Amino acid sequence: MDQTVTNEQSNQPESSAQGLFWAVLKRDLMLAYRKKSDLFNPLIFFLMVATLFPLGVSPEPDFLAEVAPGVVWVAALLATLLSMDSLFRSDFEDGTLEQTLLSPQPLFVIVLAKVVAHWMMSGLPLTLLAPLLGVMLFLPSEGMGGLMLSLLLGTPTLSLIGAIGAALTVGLRKGGVLISLLVLPLYIPVLIFGTAAVQAAVTGLPLAGFFALLGAMLALGMVMAPLAIGAALRISVSG
Amino acid sequence: MSDKKKWMPRWFYQLASPRWSYEIMGKLLPGFVVAALLFLVAGTVWALAFAPADYQQGNSFRIIYIHVPSAILAQSCYMLMAIAGAIGLIWKMKVADMVAKACAPIGVSVAILALATGAIWGKPTWGSWWVWDARLTSMLILLFLYLGVIALNSAIESETTAARASAVLALVGLVNIPIIKYSVDWWNTLHQPATFKLTERPAMPAEMWVPLLVMVIGFYCLFSVSLMMRTRNEILYRERRASWVRELLEKR
Repeated sequence: MDQTVTNEQSNQPESSAQGLFWAVLKRDLMLAYRKKSDLFNPLIFFLMVATLFPLGVSPEPDFLAEVAPGVVWVAALLATLLSMDSLFRSDFEDGTLEQTLLSPQPLFVIVLAKVVAHWMMSGLPLTLLAPLLGVMLFLPSEGMGGLMLSLLLGTPTLSLIGAIGAALTVGLRKGGVLISLLVLPLYIPVLIFGTAAVQAAVTGLPLAGFFALLGAMLALGMVMAPLAIGAALRISVSG
Repeated sequence: MSDKKKWMPRWFYQLASPRWSYEIMGKLLPGFVVAALLFLVAGTVWALAFAPADYQQGNSFRIIYIHVPSAILAQSCYMLMAIAGAIGLIWKMKVADMVAKACAPIGVSVAILALATGAIWGKPTWGSWWVWDARLTSMLILLFLYLGVIALNSAIESETTAARASAVLALVGLVNIPIIKYSVDWWNTLHQPATFKLTERPAMPAEMWVPLLVMVIGFYCLFSVSLMMRTRNEILYRERRASWVRELLEKR
């Protein structure tokens, strides 16, 4: 697996932004695959948070069905947040991040690839696991499609926004709590429209508007967030 | 190079010098103190004693004279913080970083004031202290954004790194400002629509909105006073090793 990005590679004709993207994505996925606890901890956390609600609030099926969209979304949001801190930390600690910033490759592409890799390890499994939680919380079956689609559109945005917080705090020893403080306010719009989409799906209202808004947030995040993440990484590493 | 500089006024470049900024703010400060006192006292007396009572809400509407200025100021203060942060990031201007840092605590207090007066106003009008309405929630998010910027700023030891990191965060948080601004137009909510618009005359009679305008100007003057005092403090602290600060302190 000699896919690491080096200066020599950039001189070769076949290296391109696309090649770089896939190389970084492959490397990050490989790293995650080798360290499985990082992969499973957010998922277990996701399940546990959702379990707390029937135990802590009420096990009534009617009540649970009503709060299910919110509970699943809040759990997904917290699980994403939990996994965010590790996004740049190991790279920062072993010096890879410094090398990445020094390399002539476009930082935008590298950062985007890292966030996509992170989403494939957190947001995507969470989305796939969501129907299970939906059933556990008695979410009506009409809402299932809306739940999965809203999570599919919303969780990449969560990863993009969270990466900004991770990049800002990577140089700090105790960044974990700080990330949630920085990032949670920015998550609120995604949460609002995500849960609203599920509720609309349950009651049979038109969904297109909510998905358009979630998609718009994702598009804006894809274009703007990597710039902010790159700038934040440069600040964190140089400081 | 001198040709290039001409498109920016001279004072903009002079602001880059902490000493010059310290002195110019010192000269401006008394004027703003007087203006703030004048506008706030006149506005308060006018608003509480002479403005007519609302036909629906009676006298309870008078809290608008604190609520609206503080809500407007909370958003302006955030914009100023983000703009100053951007100037600090782009031109590496130390004074801009200090202005951005000075903005955050003022923003927190004004946002809390806006939320608190809103709650006090909401109790007699809507029958509850808090409603999860779009305007209220987005204002609460603004408060959290301010707190996040302060937390990040105090977590990073190096002053320049802290300033640049919080500037990035402030710029990212800027997306919330249009959400607050247009929340009453985009969503059907309990909160009444914007009181002031640049393009239209206010829906209230002049006897009601003129004192409000006076109060808004007074709040901006008070904000300027507070901001300049904080920035001057910050300049003195950061330049404490400079000879001019030592001379200044010895003179006292």
